[in-house]
Amino acid sequence: MARLTIVDDPIGGKGKTVEVENGTTVIRAAAEVGVEIPHFCWHPGLSIAGNCRMCLVEIEKMPKLAIACSTQVADGMVVHVNSQKAVEARKAVLEFILINHPLDCPICDEAGECNLQDYTYSHGPGHSALEEAKNKKSKRVSLGPNVVYDAERCILCSRCIRFMDEIAKNPTLTFVERGDRVYIDTFPGKELDDPYSMNVIDICPVGALTNREYRFKARVWETSSTEGICVGCSRGCNTNIWVRNNEIVRLNPRLNPEVNNYWICDNGRLDSYKHVNSEQRLNSPMIRKDGVLQEVGWDEALAHAADALKPFSKDEVAIIGSAYASVEDNYILQKFARQVIGTPNLSFLSHAIDGDEDNFLIRADKTPNAYGAREVGVVSPKGIDVSRIFELIASGKIKALYVMDDDLAASKENEEALAKLDVLMVNHWMKTRTTDLADVIFPSATYAEKFGTYVNFAGRVQISRPAVSTLERERVPGRFRMSRLDNFGSTFDRWNKGPRRNVRSSWEIVSAIGNLLGGKMRYQSSEKVFEEVAQAIPAFKGLSYAKIGYRGAPLSKGPVGKKSKEEVAVK
Amino acid sequence: MTNNGNGKIKPKMTFWEKLYFPEIIHGMTITMKAMFRPKFTRQYPEERWNPPPVFRGRPVLVVEDETGVERCVACGLCARVCPSLAIQVQAAETELDKERYPELFEINMLRCIFCGFCEEVCPEEAIIMSKDFELTFSEPKDAIFGKDKLLIPRSQLEDRLEFLKQYR
Repeated sequence: MARLTIVDDPIGGKGKTVEVENGTTVIRAAAEVGVEIPHFCWHPGLSIAGNCRMCLVEIEKMPKLAIACSTQVADGMVVHVNSQKAVEARKAVLEFILINHPLDCPICDEAGECNLQDYTYSHGPGHSALEEAKNKKSKRVSLGPNVVYDAERCILCSRCIRFMDEIAKNPTLTFVERGDRVYIDTFPGKELDDPYSMNVIDICPVGALTNREYRFKARVWETSSTEGICVGCSRGCNTNIWVRNNEIVRLNPRLNPEVNNYWICDNGRLDSYKHVNSEQRLNSPMIRKDGVLQEVGWDEALAHAADALKPFSKDEVAIIGSAYASVEDNYILQKFARQVIGTPNLSFLSHAIDGDEDNFLIRADKTPNAYGAREVGVVSPKGIDVSRIFELIASGKIKALYVMDDDLAASKENEEALAKLDVLMVNHWMKTRTTDLADVIFPSATYAEKFGTYVNFAGRVQISRPAVSTLERERVPGRFRMSRLDNFGSTFDRWNKGPRRNVRSSWEIVSAIGNLLGGKMRYQSSEKVFEEVAQAIPAFKGLSYAKIGYRGAPLSKGPVGKKSKEEVAVK
Repeated sequence: MTNNGNGKIKPKMTFWEKLYFPEIIHGMTITMKAMFRPKFTRQYPEERWNPPPVFRGRPVLVVEDETGVERCVACGLCARVCPSLAIQVQAAETELDKERYPELFEINMLRCIFCGFCEEVCPEEAIIMSKDFELTFSEPKDAIFGKDKLLIPRSQLEDRLEFLKQYR
């Protein structure tokens, strides 16, 4: 262990003492006491390059300034972060970097979240000593299907190169040429098409690497960022959901060392939110009247659903949960199935794609909550799985089916079986082939429109917070993350007119039907549902929303529920 | 002047004022003088006013005459600086050198307070204050000016551009 002092006061002073392991670098030691040393090339998730020279600090008894990112701590070391000498050196470094950096912040996507912009603001002189014209390099270079490179903006920190080498383990990028002509390119014949390629956009300290899809779509200050969970696979990567005008404009990875570290796969980043913005979203409860689906109010649809379930005996009803839905939704659904209906026909569908996984982040199971659905008990007490339910439907033994947040009519046989049902009720966020066959449809909220917990493949419970407002959930401070326009705009502004959909969380819908059928399922919020889950299910014991927080919490190791491996993939 | 206590003000007059007649003559003299002074009333709808370049009329977007392309790069700084949140910009990518252009540019003229901050912040001198002050609408939605109303050729805005070159 080494004890060192970090002085961040420009005129000296006592500084902060920190004790760290031998071999720790100064920049990490300073971070531990909350002192940020400016840096470009250093990234906590990558190896040390030491080529930007931005993290120069003054260390007592050292003849020259040292770079904090690669200097290792020593016992008794005194580091002056903001002494005059250090600040002037960094100012000079910044001026060097800015010699050829174009002044195009107004059209740069990074503006507002750019390290170079921030440090120029805090350190920079505000003018350039040079009169010569800036270097011309190629702009809008397509490095791969999702990444566009602007060579003029690049400050050559090599973060992207190191990411591809060390994290993606797919060396693709390299420096080309020398001196002031140097730029970044792919190796000949190669393309930046790795499944993790878009992480280079996040780690790029400037706007040199941009997201082809998000390019020019929105300015950072117009958007709000909400802590969410990626629902693309059972890894459950932590994300920030960026919303403008009540529409998700992009997803970014959020640091969680226990799950995804700083990274996320391209598929999760690009495709896991598309359904929230989709044109195919359901926007009202619907009832089939005279063979045609008609939009009705919530009360009418719920009453209709309850009435439709009454004539059937408990063995004639089947309930299908969902690994896409949250822990709360699945818990309420199994409570509905067991206590209100009393049916043994209860299961959910697995959406695992065999072989579509790697040993980094991507998992074969393409749902966020299969573990959670099993844990809360969306499992038949008689071992009836989805394929058995379909057999029973085909043989006419099951006459009514409730499907939550899933599309069952994926195959021809399933579609035919669903058509045989007397009553098919579906809640889903989107128009699917199952909803086309349904007699009653409830529009449900997606993961981005509700509070919900998800259990990833390793048994870690994580909360996804609402980022998109619905008709019932007003975007107000305290409940939502707000952008500047959300805070200051009025309801008359056109940018506040983003679609707010008439949807409810699945647990709200199911519990409302349950209450109409004589059940006792009254909850104020999903947090209250989770409180009951924590009491009723041993694996969730002691957990609460507050305890899960932003980083998630593991399920307790206590006696776990029965695990069924019977779910089959519907192809 | 004296206040008689119930809010009404009763003027206190001098002797000559109380005489009444001299005051009439005094008043008529003022009227006669004014009749022969030069007129500065403008017969407005028939007689138009050409404001000086310093005048801040409604903000417009400059279009280059030669290329027919607007200068705006849709950076959104005008929307950011606008104190009354009157401006909405949506950028999109273009093949031109400037890389981005405003796919949608709307100013709500009911909200605009003609402060000129948008002109001041614009890095491209693309949004400038014009001489146009005649704004009438019969419905709120008519007051939202889109690109169709905002795009004005540079040749019509030379006065203001020259003014900005000199004084800004």
